[in-house]
Amino acid sequence: MLLSGDEWAIVGLSLQVSLVAIIGVLPAAFALAYLLARGRFPGKVVVDALVHLPLVLPPVVIGWMLLIAFAPHGVIGAPLARWLGITLMFRWTGAALAAGIMAMPLMVRSIRLSLEAIDPRLEAAARTLGAGRLDSFVTITLPLARPGVLAALVLGFARSLGEFGATITFVSNVPGETATLPLAIYAALQVPGQEMAVWRLALVSVLLSLCALIASEMLLRRGRGRDRETTGPSPHVL
Amino acid sequence: MSFDIALSFARGRRRIETTFVAGGGITALCGPSGVGKSSVLAAIAGLLDPDVGHVVVGGETLFDSTRGIAVAPERRACGMVFQDLRLFPHLSIEANLRYGERRAPPERRIVDFAETVRFLGIAPLLARRPDTVSGGEAQRVAIGRALLSGPRFLLLDEPLAALDAGLRDGIMAVIERIRAEFALPMILVSHSPDDVARLADQVVRMAPEPTSA
Repeated sequence: MLLSGDEWAIVGLSLQVSLVAIIGVLPAAFALAYLLARGRFPGKVVVDALVHLPLVLPPVVIGWMLLIAFAPHGVIGAPLARWLGITLMFRWTGAALAAGIMAMPLMVRSIRLSLEAIDPRLEAAARTLGAGRLDSFVTITLPLARPGVLAALVLGFARSLGEFGATITFVSNVPGETATLPLAIYAALQVPGQEMAVWRLALVSVLLSLCALIASEMLLRRGRGRDRETTGPSPHVL
Repeated sequence: MSFDIALSFARGRRRIETTFVAGGGITALCGPSGVGKSSVLAAIAGLLDPDVGHVVVGGETLFDSTRGIAVAPERRACGMVFQDLRLFPHLSIEANLRYGERRAPPERRIVDFAETVRFLGIAPLLARRPDTVSGGEAQRVAIGRALLSGPRFLLLDEPLAALDAGLRDGIMAVIERIRAEFALPMILVSHSPDDVARLADQVVRMAPEPTSA
């Protein structure tokens, strides 16, 4: 398939935004997943609900919230600009943030399921063998959670590639900066004579999404094959 | 080397209490199922803290509620063989065996790797995963893993319960050899009178407490 230079740039930008989104969000997603899988604290239901909010809220609402928070005088935007000289509005980094937040619930869910399937008694066994808390976490829990983490990355990546509503609300549709695949397709749809460009970009979207989903299924399958006894329910979303 | 144990703690609605002093050799901890034998082992290993009591092993206080002492499990040098074995499913048998060995300070090591593998007859298993070995083999690996971790004492939770007669004899022989060759004091949880009669140097019986509402 032949894409024009601009179209390759759109694909490149989309991949960049999605990769940065999932890698940036991963530590928070893991921490939240761990908290929800292992933590016992009052208000856990509320945290659980908040984490899942981007899954059910209209994306435009998330985008609007980000806009309020990261505006030059917003609660996060103001200190970011003053202390670090960073602004996310109308930037690809803002698109990555929006995509990351929208991907967060899927990622937390996938990691949480894999953590919940890990028998905590294995960590207790590691402790009696001389491993401290951190040691047993790193050598037992993390490796056993790996299939879930990998699946989270792939699913989050696929979700980020498709992110539209929050992104266009928060960072607008700036060609070459925030116009990722879905936004570029939307823009092309508004212009007469751009039908072929829409076809090409749409096909690329389908291909990328298919690859991500197949990769996630393969990762899960491999994880299940190897850790048959510890990975219980698998985090399928399909 | 001796055990001086006094424990009292709540598990759900039950109260588990036991007090005993035991010397070296094998001490069998007996009692009806559900009386809290496994919980007592877990408390000695440091995996759960009793409400009141003390755990002193070989003169070293590992837990004392009145003095606020609770040594972390990884510093108790206790070789625990769990009833459900708990071999690490993502590691090879060799990596399972080496897990505790690598973390044990050299001066605490009592056996070397090759010797343990030969003694337990598990050399052919080393490259395999825990889910591909039989119950009797897994039991040997769990014992080997505990021995290699440089323990000062062993806690064995029903090491014979899941095995058929032929394998039981093999594991009993292993336990007797550990007693003879390493002089490791052991607490053995068992509800089989035959096993206790053959292995135990002394017997501690736990009686069910009346449930406190």
